[in-house]
Amino acid sequence: MAERLIEQIPEFKKDTGVKPDQEGFIDWSALTSVPTAKNAREAFIIIATAIGVILLIEFTLRIFNVPSYILPTPSGILGSLFQSWEVFLPHLGVTLQELLIGYVIGAVIGMVLAGVITQFPFAEKMVTPYIILLVVTPMLALVPLLILKLGFGLEPRIVAVALAVGPMVMINSATGFRRTDLAKIALARSYGASTLQIFRKIRFPLALPMIIVGLMVGGIFGLLTAVGAEMVGGGEGLGNRLVYYSSLARMEPFFAIIVIIAIIGILMYILFYLIGKKWASWEA
Amino acid sequence: MAEPSGNGKGAEPRIVIDNATKYYQTKTGQTHALEKFSATIREGELVCILGPSGCGKTTLLWAMSGLHPLTSGRILLDGTPVTGPRPEIGMVFQDANLLPWRNLKQNILFPFEIKHLNPQPYEERIQHLLQTVGLAGFENKYPRELSGGMQQRASIVRCLSFDPSVLLMDEPFGALDAFTRDEMNLLLLQLWAENKKTIAFVTHSIAEALFLADRILIMTPRPGRLAKEFIVELPRPRTLDMQTSPYFIQSVKEIKDIIHGGAEVE
Repeated sequence: MAERLIEQIPEFKKDTGVKPDQEGFIDWSALTSVPTAKNAREAFIIIATAIGVILLIEFTLRIFNVPSYILPTPSGILGSLFQSWEVFLPHLGVTLQELLIGYVIGAVIGMVLAGVITQFPFAEKMVTPYIILLVVTPMLALVPLLILKLGFGLEPRIVAVALAVGPMVMINSATGFRRTDLAKIALARSYGASTLQIFRKIRFPLALPMIIVGLMVGGIFGLLTAVGAEMVGGGEGLGNRLVYYSSLARMEPFFAIIVIIAIIGILMYILFYLIGKKWASWEA
Repeated sequence: MAEPSGNGKGAEPRIVIDNATKYYQTKTGQTHALEKFSATIREGELVCILGPSGCGKTTLLWAMSGLHPLTSGRILLDGTPVTGPRPEIGMVFQDANLLPWRNLKQNILFPFEIKHLNPQPYEERIQHLLQTVGLAGFENKYPRELSGGMQQRASIVRCLSFDPSVLLMDEPFGALDAFTRDEMNLLLLQLWAENKKTIAFVTHSIAEALFLADRILIMTPRPGRLAKEFIVELPRPRTLDMQTSPYFIQSVKEIKDIIHGGAEVE
């Protein structure tokens, strides 16, 4: 591989005017520079508005006497959340378990595959169509088949999550690893860097912002797939509860579950936002 | 501190370029970048390699640093052929080429990490260099927080930090404005005087080459050949005033004629 790399780097190319940092790159700043409150005054107005909207919904529903099986009031949802917390908890545990295991499997495979495959341009060309196929095909469609093969336990859902996360992480990480900056690689090589050192000290840090984007998008897709897979089959998990409560027209616990799912998603978003701020802010 | 007397007369040859020829493949076909280029750079000399854009100057410098092989011919450093990166060589690239995810100090320590070298014994040297180029106190800043001139100064400190005896500089100040460039040239001469390095400096600016060099290797447009070796008769230390002296202006004209006249190898 060392010889291959020597063949790759050395041929000096004239500056094309395109900064390598901008090539094939999705604007990372969209994820790190979320508009946030500038001061206490702004924060107060933003929070007050949110409370106002919730109160408005609450009173509108009460004034027009909308029955809770059509649309429950915010207070009803909140009440259900506190009241049935212990009922929801095991289902939350199941969903998180599927999400976490499936995510780790998918993300690790996706990242490693991206790191290896981008070193071999021809192999990458062969594999990419399948990865794109996996990205655009909703893995939910495979869940009935997976259940047939793997039973009604956690396994088919974990596999579905991994299948949803992996390609998403892979395709974004590969974009990152493809951002080879010849001048920076030449810099490292002028100090006698090995292929591994070039990977660790140049290629990986250069790819990191895109890897983080992939991990974030993969996480959101993983959550979607976990909940969706539970709706399709099996007797547990937050998705299963959505089907259960809607079949009974019990909209208050139904919406309480949706709130829980949304909170998981938001926490994931915040986590990756902070990771991005720490490890990829040089790009923004 | 007085600069070395210049011209490196009588000093040992450090780099011998012997019939260097280089072709390489591009999308549009084969490019003939370098044709039978021969020259010698002696210990302690500051030699500029001057030529128009695309004349193979960078190709030559990259070959000298062992970053890519020649098609034919050879380059010797201290008598042994250069086949890969050598520890005696420090390279300064076009633009500053700092790593944007590392702060200034981490960028300067980058060569040590790659070479598995303990930076401890070099700490004083690095501090002194940072002071000399006016970057002391900026150690924790990231490249994007520094101006273009500051970035280029940082990259020179990075290159000098591990004390290589040969510096290969590839149009390092090409992207800077004229004033910053003058300032950087003076700084380079000062560092050269203090550190006694052998320097090969690639540039497309005639004035820059005249101002810095003991000797100028003038190249023809592609394929790059040695058109003429020009010995600069300016005394050292050099001052910015010299750039308006009659000798300087006369020399600029002479070099222009050589490049545009397409003079053959002597």
